Amino acid sequence: MNPYQYVIYALLAIFATVTVLTRDPALQIFPYALYGMLLAISFFILQAPDVTLSELTVGTALIPFLVLVTLAKIRAREAKLKEGKDQG
Amino acid sequence: MTDRARVWVMGLSFVPLAAFLIWGISGLNAFGFYPGPYGDIINAIGDWQRHAWNMATAVNFDYRGFDTMGEEYIMFVSVVGVALILRERELEDKSSRTTLAESERADGVGVLSFVLLPIVVVFGIYMALHGPNTPGGGFQGGAIVGTAFLFAYLGSGHKAFAAIGKTEVVEPLEALGALAYVGIGLVALFLGDEFLTNYLPLGTAGNLWSGGTIWAINIAVLLEIGTGFLLATGEFLKEIQPPE
Repeated sequence: MNPYQYVIYALLAIFATVTVLTRDPALQIFPYALYGMLLAISFFILQAPDVTLSELTVGTALIPFLVLVTLAKIRAREAKLKEGKDQG
Repeated sequence: MTDRARVWVMGLSFVPLAAFLIWGISGLNAFGFYPGPYGDIINAIGDWQRHAWNMATAVNFDYRGFDTMGEEYIMFVSVVGVALILRERELEDKSSRTTLAESERADGVGVLSFVLLPIVVVFGIYMALHGPNTPGGGFQGGAIVGTAFLFAYLGSGHKAFAAIGKTEVVEPLEALGALAYVGIGLVALFLGDEFLTNYLPLGTAGNLWSGGTIWAINIAVLLEIGTGFLLATGEFLKEIQPPE
């Protein structure tokens, strides 16, 4: 086995654990995006460059974007509800 | 359920699952051990049969092109679903729409996005065009092009993104991309061959034109996936529009 593989697998395990243990969803995105990038590198080391490219764009760009927009929407909504309560 | 009960339930399911997993993984063949004939045959004949160097693309868009068509329509239906759900809520009750004030962009972010956007778009198109030869292809190229337009939002905000991702332009293009895949396959039927037969001139492996319909389908997928990502991200961004 390629020695880089051990390093990548160890880092994958670390970032997967960090992702799970981070409780704030807005902060969770960052270890998750790093995890996606490491996963893409591991695909590359395992000689699957096609999957690497898909995982890079989807895991590090698209999914964090969708989650961040959703969180922004929820926060804006909570702020609006709170405002309505204060007035009423 | 108390915390104690939760730990018990977790333990009861976790321990046997972990045991099965370790048992299964320890029985796996070594990495790189490949007993099947299929991959070796494709590697041996793919080059002269289809004039393509990237066997993953050759399998995806030619030998097993029918499967990829199904996958492409999963993406198509998902994007349509996102658009349907988010737009319906918009129509139902305008007053419940949440808005979010747009934050100021730093000059550096604006300039960098302005520089990166065209480079990344061209890179994505390059990747799809060279699908039959180098790693990547229509899906990867489309995903890169589709997400590249987020630089417009990152650099200058909603107005710039909305100017690029005009729904009335992007939607027909997405439908065209989805239709082109089936269309390319159907032409083969009119020529008296099977669906998705490679009937175009195969070109030269390693050149821009190589692989016949593999190349053509890559372009169709680039169009479908690129506009699909653009449409889906646009629908999400509309949910956090700044107040008018």
